[in-house]
Amino acid sequence: MKQSISGIAASNGIAIAKAFRLENPELMVEQKKVDNTTSEIERFQAAVTKAAAELEIIKEKTAQQISDKEAAIFGAHLLVLSDPELVGPIKERINNDHINAEFALQETTDMFIGMFEAMDNEYMKERAADIRDVRKRVLSHLLGVTIQNPSMISEEVIVIAEDLTPSDTVQLNAEFVKGFITDIGGRTSHSAILARTLEIPAVVGAQTVMSSIDNGVVVIVDGLEGLIIVDPDEVTIQAFQQKKRAYDVQKAEWAKLKDEPTVSSDGQHVELAANIGTPKDLTGVLEHGSEGIGLYRTEFLYMGRETFPTEDEQFDAYTKVLKGMNGKPTVVRTLDIGGDKELTYLDLPKEMNPFLGLRAIRLCLEMPELFRTQLRALLRASVHGNLKIMFPMIATIEEFRQAKGLLEEEKTKLLNEGVELSDSIEVGIMVEIPSTAILADVFAKEVDFFSIGTNDLIQYTMAADRMNERVSYLYQPFNPAILRLVKMVIDASHREGKWTGMCGEMAGDEIAIPILLGLGLDEFSMSASSLLKARSQISKLSKAEMASHTEHILALATSDEVEAYVKEIS
Amino acid sequence: MVEKQYIITDEAGVHARPASALVGSVSKFQSDITLEYKGKTVNLKSILGVMSLGVTSGSTVTIAADGADEEEAMTKIDEVLKAEGISNE
Repeated sequence: MKQSISGIAASNGIAIAKAFRLENPELMVEQKKVDNTTSEIERFQAAVTKAAAELEIIKEKTAQQISDKEAAIFGAHLLVLSDPELVGPIKERINNDHINAEFALQETTDMFIGMFEAMDNEYMKERAADIRDVRKRVLSHLLGVTIQNPSMISEEVIVIAEDLTPSDTVQLNAEFVKGFITDIGGRTSHSAILARTLEIPAVVGAQTVMSSIDNGVVVIVDGLEGLIIVDPDEVTIQAFQQKKRAYDVQKAEWAKLKDEPTVSSDGQHVELAANIGTPKDLTGVLEHGSEGIGLYRTEFLYMGRETFPTEDEQFDAYTKVLKGMNGKPTVVRTLDIGGDKELTYLDLPKEMNPFLGLRAIRLCLEMPELFRTQLRALLRASVHGNLKIMFPMIATIEEFRQAKGLLEEEKTKLLNEGVELSDSIEVGIMVEIPSTAILADVFAKEVDFFSIGTNDLIQYTMAADRMNERVSYLYQPFNPAILRLVKMVIDASHREGKWTGMCGEMAGDEIAIPILLGLGLDEFSMSASSLLKARSQISKLSKAEMASHTEHILALATSDEVEAYVKEIS
Repeated sequence: MVEKQYIITDEAGVHARPASALVGSVSKFQSDITLEYKGKTVNLKSILGVMSLGVTSGSTVTIAADGADEEEAMTKIDEVLKAEGISNE
């Protein structure tokens, strides 16, 4: 009987094959009294040695077949096996209390698992799974139980499991394992990350698959939607085969576009850039063929810690990003804190309307020393790449002049100190307040570029708090009022020979892209995973044709009318 | 006994990979080596101990070595912290 189960989409793609249940044998541990503690300790040591030998093989295999980075997980497992704070107490417990090795192992590892699970950090919580994996390996040797080995699978299957340990996952042979489904886990668990590396479709956190799917039943895994179909009928299978083909074609097409510039069907180039929060995001940015960074949100450097980051710490982070981008344009937004983003160590009075209060550039101008530290770090890093500095939440031209004045002062100081700086740093502003959009022609004479922040521009134009669900209907990116403001900004920049970008989800939206292309937007900055899709879409659109619809679109009355019209023409 | 303070500059703090490199590099020394963070002291030869501290970026830790090869141990620790990008000072 056909049945659908939904879970968390962990790795893209679609697979159809028979289910293979990877059973996790119940390793029952009983507390027993042992007389000969010396031989019990030897028995424990022998199990540890066997487990270590297995791990060495898995580590080696992972390094060869996947990457050194993934292999490092098993290096950590080996260290756990020889950890004096784990092995010591286990041996002591056996020796002092005549407890059997299995129980001593269970008890001691439980203590560590509990400690990691209680930590207030997703990454650390996941480490409990590593300890369980190691424990299971040693226990199976102590109990003489053979654990099913996923590398033995030799026909095309979808693996179904309660959970996949890191060592299970690396042993999945992508030739036969077409996809996997687990009952527990999230998008950041080891198995999910590995599935994406191996490009195996996967759904995790499905909760009921082990209790409802039998061995050999045909299963469809839709890793795009996080959907599982058990025992599908012929029509369903055909529909998913078609979806799979379409996805495969699209994937191949996107892969080809990775190293290509973004060019419309009538030969016009626009820049596709990515939004990042930390230097770690660079990997994804480069993998998806970004032509630059359109928004580097520096506030993450200030968050999750107890003191302000030092100038040197900031310099290191900015340098890493600039070097990583290898000369491609990199727009760094100065600190945007306040509003919904708070710092625990910066004690600011509570405000009635934080989104209309002391945030971003307003805060930086109020606390110039904090701002100067960031500007110095940025200036010093400027020699390592193509740096552009952007100020957030500018409402008046005086704010921009004041911020730029501080930048110039720090520049002069650094030059006097003999520090080498780039002499071609562009300085621009975010356009997210209607007053600035309306006065864009005045701003365009003084700034080097604009970047439109759509989330805030919409919230401030519509006077609708984006955190308040009861007014969420007013979040209307396609409202002609918003589009007219966007046009004013782009036109003003072009008249002065400057450029306009957009960072914010709207830049990667498939309805917005044709409109923005027609309006003459120069740079589209979005999350890295949207880049190739956007590049593919733009390559099929004619910029001149989209521009010819602009007048009609801006004369429409509602957001819905705009959306319907765009769907019709593109 | 030798003792030194470090500021953690790795933006992810001390997570599994750098912690493994650090623990792996000190296990061969005879000296007792400890890591202190927020008033808690753990054995630097214990991966579980080091990870359980959840050391975050920007914080200060104190590493101390005590024993016959304490100087060599500290030199090695210095080297690994820099090479792994855990700390640069």
